[in-house]
Amino acid sequence: MSNLTRRTAAELADLLAAGETTSVEITSAHLDRITAVDAQVHAFLHVDTEGALAAAGAADQRRAAGSVSSTLDGVPIAVKDILVTKGLPTTCGSRILQGWVPPYDATVVSRLKAAGLPILGKTNMDEFAMGSSTEHSAYGPTHNPWDLDRIPGGSGGGSAAAVAAFEAPMAIGTDTGGSIRQPGAVTGTVGVKPTFGGVSRYGLVALANSLDQAGPVTRTILDAALLHEVVGGHDPLDSTSIDQRLPSLVDAARQGSSGDMSGVRIGVVKELGGEGYQTGVGERFEESVALLVGAGAEVVEVSCPHFVHALAAYYLILPSEASSNLAKFDAMRYGLRVLPEGVEAPSAEEVMRATRDAGFGDEVKRRIILGTYALSSGYYDAYYGQAQKVRTLISRDFEAAFGQVDVLVSPTAPTTAFRIGEKVDDPVSMYLNDIATIPANLAGVPGLSVPNGLAAEDGLPTGFQVLAPAMADDRLYRVGSALESLLVQQWGGPLLAQAPSLVSEGASA
Amino acid sequence: MPEITREEVAHLADLARIELSDAELDHLAPQLAVILDSIKSISDVAAQDVPPTSHALPLTNVFRADVVRPGLTAAEALAGAPVVEQQRFSVPRILGES
Repeated sequence: MSNLTRRTAAELADLLAAGETTSVEITSAHLDRITAVDAQVHAFLHVDTEGALAAAGAADQRRAAGSVSSTLDGVPIAVKDILVTKGLPTTCGSRILQGWVPPYDATVVSRLKAAGLPILGKTNMDEFAMGSSTEHSAYGPTHNPWDLDRIPGGSGGGSAAAVAAFEAPMAIGTDTGGSIRQPGAVTGTVGVKPTFGGVSRYGLVALANSLDQAGPVTRTILDAALLHEVVGGHDPLDSTSIDQRLPSLVDAARQGSSGDMSGVRIGVVKELGGEGYQTGVGERFEESVALLVGAGAEVVEVSCPHFVHALAAYYLILPSEASSNLAKFDAMRYGLRVLPEGVEAPSAEEVMRATRDAGFGDEVKRRIILGTYALSSGYYDAYYGQAQKVRTLISRDFEAAFGQVDVLVSPTAPTTAFRIGEKVDDPVSMYLNDIATIPANLAGVPGLSVPNGLAAEDGLPTGFQVLAPAMADDRLYRVGSALESLLVQQWGGPLLAQAPSLVSEGASA
Repeated sequence: MPEITREEVAHLADLARIELSDAELDHLAPQLAVILDSIKSISDVAAQDVPPTSHALPLTNVFRADVVRPGLTAAEALAGAPVVEQQRFSVPRILGES
């Protein structure tokens, strides 16, 4: 069957259910596509051809026996290289974990396996998820399928690019300050950061444990909902996992796809727009809001006055947690061990210093040092303590806003994809990419990015962000799905149909 | 807010157990100063009476029954170690020579 890689995950599930194709065919088609385009895109750090085909074969056998494991049984997926996978290398984009093969699976990964999804491979990322361009990977940057000279966003640029380049129908990402949503925006894909605690963090290598959250990376809202229902829900192995049932996300996505928004109250966040946002980003955003109004939504402007301090609070809280979480990379139990040059019988501490210098890249070093500074006595109250108070104020802003409206909306990222190399040595300007996505992580609320067009000035994708109260992830899917169906109608097809094909005409895959 | 000096960065790297070369210090120290400058506004935002938040959603202790459940085998736990000896992690000396 032709063009299996162009199908959505939901369509692939339907084809499998109707017996029109097999998981081996679908999985092979994606592996072929990876072979054809990944030299240009570099979305993958590791491709597991053998494992994926074996899992696909098992899925086909289950289906033949009439005992499918889930709706998505047999639909392949890519996994960000920050989630541990038993028997498959896991590097977190870092040299310090080069060649490490974990002895266990993250809960997200074991749920994917239990639901029958073959794992195609592990996707590229900024080292330990620190970055918004995937340029901080120790294994080289990922390229944006819309323009290979540009960044795919980050830290989960590999997952977003894999899905945008039709190398995988779906992927798992993780979002600490926007690492699912911002790559979604700049690659024209869908990304969802669930409520903190909504998806297990067991086996997710921690960057900032009070902010990290794994979630779906897909081409449609419905696919994200299907995947979210597979990986989400309570996990006793994660003490911060919420012990409540997920709301019905697939139903919400289906309800939204009618495009009817009557009775839905939407707040446009005044502080997340205007100055600092690219013209085309602003134009597409206004247009999307107008579409939702046309569909019956009630739209008001809402002020969240403390959001302007979110970036500063985040760049104190995140490095503080990261400096502590990354202390475990000590060259003793796993990962790299480097002996210092010219030292006879070096001590454990000297080995540790040399290893961490050789194993960590610049951005990781910057953040570890920043975190060590923010937590040191004398500065603790002025920095970390203050940042924690600002976190309270941001949560209160959300609470007040959700007293007036059902969801909040903003552009996902202030700009479209920038050129590789443009910001790599300018950390502050790099940090600004996450300005609209960070508040949700600080408050633990869920957020989604849905593609909402191309900026007129550069022809590159823009994203529309929807935010909802904690545990009301279903609202994201309803509003996201409504906007998606209104826009797809307007475009006459999905946005990604306008992206370059990446292979010359007539070539296979 | 105080400035961050090259010496301070060297000291912090030492506390964080990262051996930075002179070239790295030259590269990173000014960048850290710029980052700190961009976030210093935070010190005036919140009043004394605002409680700090460490986790977005309230945390409670999680308990489970004290029953044995399967874990990693010794071989699995040691599989990623840089050096293994007698079914143990082998580490460099941890004491000084004196």
